[in-house]
Amino acid sequence: MNVADAERLLEVRDLRLYYRTTKGVLQAVDRVDLDLPRNRSVVIVGESGCGKSSLSKALLRLLPRNIAAFDGVVRLGDVDIMKLSDERFRKDVRWIRIGFVPQAAMNTLNPVIRIGEQIYEALILHRRARTKAEADDKAREGFKMVGLPADFLDRYPFELSGGMRQRAGIAMALVMEPDLVILDEPTSALDVLTQANVMNLLKRVKSEIKTSFILITHDIATSSEIADDAVVMYAGEMVEWSDAGRFYLEPLHPYSQKLMASVPTLHEDRELSFIPGQPPSLINPPTGCRFKDRCPMRFDKCEEPPPMFDTADGRKVRCWLHE
Amino acid sequence: MSDASANGALLDVRGLRTHFELRRYGFFKVGTVRAVDGISFQLGQGEAVAVVGESGCGKSTLVKTLLGIHPPTEGEIRFNGRDISKFDAATLKWYRSQIGYVQQDPYGALPPFMPALRILEEPMIVNGVKDKAERMERINTALTEVKLTPVGDVLHKFPHMLSGGQQQRLVIARAMILNPKLILADEPVSMLDASVRVEILQILRKLQETHGIGVIYITHDLSTVRYFSERIFVMYGGKLIEHAGVRDLVHHPSHPYTQALLEAISDPDPVNATHMKKVPAGEPPSLVNPPSGCRFHPRCPHHMPGLCDAEDPPHYLPRPDHWVACYLYRDGEQARQT
Repeated sequence: MNVADAERLLEVRDLRLYYRTTKGVLQAVDRVDLDLPRNRSVVIVGESGCGKSSLSKALLRLLPRNIAAFDGVVRLGDVDIMKLSDERFRKDVRWIRIGFVPQAAMNTLNPVIRIGEQIYEALILHRRARTKAEADDKAREGFKMVGLPADFLDRYPFELSGGMRQRAGIAMALVMEPDLVILDEPTSALDVLTQANVMNLLKRVKSEIKTSFILITHDIATSSEIADDAVVMYAGEMVEWSDAGRFYLEPLHPYSQKLMASVPTLHEDRELSFIPGQPPSLINPPTGCRFKDRCPMRFDKCEEPPPMFDTADGRKVRCWLHE
Repeated sequence: MSDASANGALLDVRGLRTHFELRRYGFFKVGTVRAVDGISFQLGQGEAVAVVGESGCGKSTLVKTLLGIHPPTEGEIRFNGRDISKFDAATLKWYRSQIGYVQQDPYGALPPFMPALRILEEPMIVNGVKDKAERMERINTALTEVKLTPVGDVLHKFPHMLSGGQQQRLVIARAMILNPKLILADEPVSMLDASVRVEILQILRKLQETHGIGVIYITHDLSTVRYFSERIFVMYGGKLIEHAGVRDLVHHPSHPYTQALLEAISDPDPVNATHMKKVPAGEPPSLVNPPSGCRFHPRCPHHMPGLCDAEDPPHYLPRPDHWVACYLYRDGEQARQT
């Protein structure tokens, strides 16, 4: 890795996203910090309702109307994109610098417009191409990158299988040459073999172009396929942040450990365990450590909210055990 | 294939086909979807098997045919020796009281306007358990067995007040309430979070062992199978293509499709990021116009022209109690076709 590769691309500090609901304020993303260098990928794992999808929405500013709080610092390169107006954000950031592959991207294509037209429109609107011919060249290149024949640009979405549409969705994000691509559960709606093919594709793309990836998933086993770093979220908070090499072998936070122990493995024999209880409500989250009610290592100190501790080997964990 | 093939089998399925007709214009037929195309197997009393396959391979149609929801186009289903594929009302009513069904989406499977008590009581009322005290006792036992405790708190809750894992436990309790001999579980954990999946599988497994119930567990996720059943069937394009014990299948996958499936599944391991997976490209076959011969041959790395695309491969026995429908093993012994 040379110096340019290690340059910081994304810096998130104290990001909060709260929703207003009839029952009170729901703290979906609570003071999340994240750093991501160029050409690196981070996976964000957690159970449903832990705030991982809200985090991706917050980074892209694709927000619903019932926002109670949305603040913090999100620096992309050297611009604080939280300070941009909505219009500037739309023109300069979303889809241009930050690409997005939504959950079930295969169902996000417009069914009555040819796939090619949908890609040309995005390219021209975001000034990545001036003419349709130029857009066509770029779209062909993008399709080649994801392993789809270029004449599929003339097809309608229903003429492609789920896996191919997913590839088209990824191509659509990549043709914009973004600095960062956010993938929200990109493979969870696909078959096992197609899933492996899409993961292979992402690995290849990552080695070919200098894009960073944020992969959001609940599937820990598959996430290990492209992870450089791993982040665990629990009840709206980030509880662990580690490099992938150590995370998958020896996670630090008790929650990460329990989560890892509940993943069924095919190739090795292992006793499985499960996490008793349920994640807390995000409307009135418990004071102190949010995992304490389900934690096997609970002790007195857990009544106070733990900060993120830096460990000696450069990882971060939100647990008093690592004080 | 084993001793279960004698008359003592709980479920005996022979040459089962379920086809769906596509729309027709007058007398002109567009085609048929061969969702289940020639499946035979036996299930012994109290035995658990898993059926593994990708979406669109016909595994859900297989379950629905076995449940008596879709009438089979051809073939025979015998339950405890009684033929149920004729679909007469009296047999069906008896048959359905003997089997339990665990659906994929627990919330969709539970009526939103009924509290848990009513959900569990209704099957017993329909099937003539007249004594109220007995009904309550059975509800109590069922809920305790699926660990939905304290029972008193759960009884008056509506499905939306329960978490996903609790809803699925309620579905299992409902499937158990008539003391069935067989449970059909169609992807029972695929909608649940990783942390509760294991618990649900352990509950199902325990029920199967303590009550001696036969279970057919349908899934696309091979990695959960080994925590649940001893035998696996692999299904592809409407057919069963390999059958073996779990350990045998994981260590010696024989069909090229099974090999690809095992290769495609990741264990959480940082090493994964450094190498590509060897999986065949392409898509599962269309069930309207399936490829001739072996249905995997267009994607198969070992495709032998003139052989694989000509005729459906018979079942070969590369190892004891492990059969596979693939010509690669044609030098070996051939299995007795059922």
